Amino acid sequence: MQVIFMAKVTVKKKKEKFTPGAVVTEPASSLKNKTGDWRTFRPIINQEKCIKCYLCWQYCPDSAIRIDEKTGKVYVDYTYCKGCLICMHQCPAKAITKEVEKK
Amino acid sequence: MTKKVEEASLAIATAVKLSRVQVCPMYPITPSTHVPEKIAEYIANGEFDATLIDVESEHSAASAFLGSVATGCRTFTATASQGLALMYEILPIISGMRFPGVMAVANRALSAPISIWNDHSDAVSTRDQGWIQLWVESSQEALDTIIQGFLISEDSKVQLPLMVNFDGFTLSHVFEPVDIPSQAEVDKFLPKFKPVFKLDVKKPMTFGPIGFPDSFMHFKKQQQNAMINALEVVKKANSSFKKSFGRSYGDGLLDLYKMTGAEYAVIGMGTLCGTAKVAIDKLRKEGKKVGLIRIRCLRPFPEKELQNAIKNLKAVAVLDRHISLGQEGPLFTDIRSAIYCNDITINSYIAGLGGMDITVSHFEKVFKDLAQGKQKGEWLF
Repeated sequence: MQVIFMAKVTVKKKKEKFTPGAVVTEPASSLKNKTGDWRTFRPIINQEKCIKCYLCWQYCPDSAIRIDEKTGKVYVDYTYCKGCLICMHQCPAKAITKEVEKK
Repeated sequence: MTKKVEEASLAIATAVKLSRVQVCPMYPITPSTHVPEKIAEYIANGEFDATLIDVESEHSAASAFLGSVATGCRTFTATASQGLALMYEILPIISGMRFPGVMAVANRALSAPISIWNDHSDAVSTRDQGWIQLWVESSQEALDTIIQGFLISEDSKVQLPLMVNFDGFTLSHVFEPVDIPSQAEVDKFLPKFKPVFKLDVKKPMTFGPIGFPDSFMHFKKQQQNAMINALEVVKKANSSFKKSFGRSYGDGLLDLYKMTGAEYAVIGMGTLCGTAKVAIDKLRKEGKKVGLIRIRCLRPFPEKELQNAIKNLKAVAVLDRHISLGQEGPLFTDIRSAIYCNDITINSYIAGLGGMDITVSHFEKVFKDLAQGKQKGEWLF
């Protein structure tokens, strides 16, 4: 796992690996820090059953459900999905199922 | 500069005002109550431009302290005993996030049995949590140390929170003459707080992220380095304070009393040192070569300075106002470890727990023990 506070930070004009107090000095560092590898279960969306209510998108605690702007379809961003399955439990059309993550 | 008869609590409140503190999250607890009381009065009277946050507990006071420093405000709080115990969870977070600020602790025993009286069990038991700990002996020193405290804590080499410990009741509620410096003098000594990092919507940053096992230890090493840097910074603050105000406390780390030519010495912290001085004066008149080493800075621990101070002594006695139950006095542990290589007798005395008086006769007994070559200390009742 990439350590996010290793981002370039200058203290006393000298490059230091670790900032005092572990401050992350740049925004959006989660883009560098992939967290989807914690998952035990993988949510799978059945696009035929999906009614595009977007409840899964609303409920996802990690904003890992994305909406395709062109088609309006939802998909899971597995780079950040932790496999909590809240989306599956919320889905009124039962369009989301789970699978054990195999790596 | 004006001279006033003040108790340490009021002197501290005045020092907070003079230090131009911006935020005071406060939850009053005996015997520190007069500090927030006076600060509230200063603010209400329009004499002090600061925000007082009435919090619902000490845990919240410490949390608000953290949040306030994160936004770049000079911050102060005060507490004691169970209050400090309730803050305990937040103490290492404040120091781990490298937030400078000052907290005054009116030292009081921890329950049970319930006690509102002085000993050092509250603050000494938080000594491992990354706060610089200064221990004062008089109201004057309390005022001076608060002002120095911000300078030390905010120093770029330090960036750590600082605790000013003053004995509950024996100091917090005792009136004595205090020189109060003018605002202009303090402004000259203490520059505006310039945080290294602060929360700012224009420049977003993440504070308090997770430290994975591959990095956590590096941050602790940084904290340790900052603590060691603080030794010099405390000394420097003490000497520059002397230049500005004409007062100093030993070298800032240790305050020695009649140690020239001394053969035996007691080591302690806080107001018990005042009593020790009376005993030493008396014994010196009788021709006994005795002295006092007052530990002013407990964390970081002034190891080299201590080795230097005791090198010509025959024996020392350490008076702990706290006991690490199941072991010994923690100050004794620190001192014995620091002077391990010195060939010297060192005895541990536990004294003054829960406000039990430490008197001149106690010190006379301790010095008598040392002179007789006694190899073991005891509890002084």
